[in-house]
Parts: sequence; structure tokens; C-alpha cells
Amino acid sequence: MRNAIFIHEKGYEPQFWGMLSTLSTPNPHRLPSSVAREDEHLLVAAAKKGDATAFEELVSRYEDKIFRLTKNITGNREDAEDAMQDAFLKAYSHLQGFHGDSRFYTWLVRIAANESLMRLRKRRPNQFSLDEPVEGDADLMSRELEDWGPSPEQGYAQAELQDILAEVIDKLEPESRIVLVLRDLEELSTQEAAEALGISMAAVKSRLLRARLKLREKLNRYFRRGTLN
Amino acid sequence: MNCKGVIRELSNYIDGDLDPALKAELERHLQHCEDCTMIVDQTKKSIEILCDSRPVELPSDVRSRLHSALHKKLSPRQT
Repeated sequence: MRNAIFIHEKGYEPQFWGMLSTLSTPNPHRLPSSVAREDEHLLVAAAKKGDATAFEELVSRYEDKIFRLTKNITGNREDAEDAMQDAFLKAYSHLQGFHGDSRFYTWLVRIAANESLMRLRKRRPNQFSLDEPVEGDADLMSRELEDWGPSPEQGYAQAELQDILAEVIDKLEPESRIVLVLRDLEELSTQEAAEALGISMAAVKSRLLRARLKLREKLNRYFRRGTLN
Repeated sequence: MNCKGVIRELSNYIDGDLDPALKAELERHLQHCEDCTMIVDQTKKSIEILCDSRPVELPSDVRSRLHSALHKKLSPRQT
């Protein structure tokens, strides 16, 4: 019984845990994910029966990715660590409410996103709102158009590229950053991202468009032909 | 469709969410607009690079604090 897992915790809407157990149709256009492994459901089943080792294996599998997610949303290492830790602890407490309708990782991402959002809102109460309407589309047209060549990323070592991406993501407005991270990095569907953030699917789409255009614009500085010369 | 229309539908186009008629209209525009073609290609490339990025390893102090918090929480159920 799904409603049985509605537990009103500080900072969470009661519906949150209920939403986590609903099925969301995966976006068919997403890249195939390497996240889920075949034995994941066995580990989840064992953890639900109280096998702590199985849960720790799940944590070890996803801790790097969840930390990247909480860091990308909060933009702050201390908050990121707290959000990650609380996300794993709450996932364990509410494991009985996970019915396997979505991937375990997706469920975990939504808990971690919520934990991160709570901290971001606390830190920037007046500067951040996902509910505010998106402005018109006058600023969508970029003035920076330069040729990148076929594989601009190959001009950089992997570590350098990671640093560039981290810097570029960090410079995005939180509203754009969060949606971009959930949709393109964590591969949540539009519906899953909307549910995780408590906003409409239309709002997710418009914020994603802005975020993607900004991402391109910011990467232009690094990828335009001749930048490295 | 003009350039603004292409930008407005860019995300839906990249995600394959456009209906066939709108998609054909957008692609007709791309055939003669170099600027829009460049924006579409570079946005796709940006997403691809983002998707391919790997998370950096969790710092050891952060990992150690996480696992000690977990042990605390998990130990009562290990009996």
C-alpha cells in the first residue's frame, strides 16, 4: 500500500514519499544508462530484508554520482556532503516504500535532489525560486557563434574537461543548473524531474532549454576553433 | 519557421519530442540557415560531452564520514 509510506518529515511535503513510489515512463530518447546493473534488484531486495551489507554495496555504487549531484545543485561542498549523507540515510529508512517501479538509482536521485534543494533554499531564501515564471525568449538568441570543429573536446585532457564542465555548470543560475543536472546528467525524464522539483513539465522544459543554450554559450569560450593555439 | 522558432523548439528537437510536421519544418529551416545549424549541432555536442563526463571520486574524508554515519544507522538491523 503506497500511502503507507507517507511520513511527514521536517522539510518534506507528505506527498513526496508517495511520489517517489509512482511509476514514471523513462524518456525513450535518453542515452542508454550504464548506471543500473543486473543485480541491483537483488541488492535492493536483500537490503529491504535488513541486509546492511547489501545496502552498503548500493551506497558504494552510487556515492560518487550522488555527491556530484548534490554538489552540482547546492554549489557548496559542505551542503553537498550533508545532503548526500541525509539522502542515503533517508533512502534506507524509507526503503520499504520503494516498489521497484523505477530504477533504484532514479529513486535515490530524487531524494538527493530534494535534500539539496532544501539546503539551497535555506542558503538563498530570497535569491532562488523555481516557481518564478521564466522570462521571455528575447535572451535566448546567442550572439556568440563560432566554429568548434568536429571534436572540440579532444583538445583537452579528461581532467581538464572535467574542470571546465564543473566551472561552467557552477556558473549557471541555480534554476537552470538544477534542471540541466537532473535531465541531462542524471537522465531523469521530464516528468520525473518535474515531480522531483515540484514544478510543471512545461517549466522543466523551458528551464532546460535555457540551461542547454547557456551551456553551449559558456562552452563556446573553450571550444571555438583556435582557442588552444 | 524562423530562427526564433528553431531556438524555441531546440530542446524538443534534440530530445526527439517534436511532431513530424514541426520537425520537417525545422529541418527545412536548418537547410538554409548556417547559424541555426551551428547552434543545434553545438548544443547537441554540449549535451553529449556533459553526458559523457564521469563523476570525480568521492574525497576520502567525505566517504569516511558517510560510511561511519551509515554504520551508526544500519547497525541495529544487523543483529
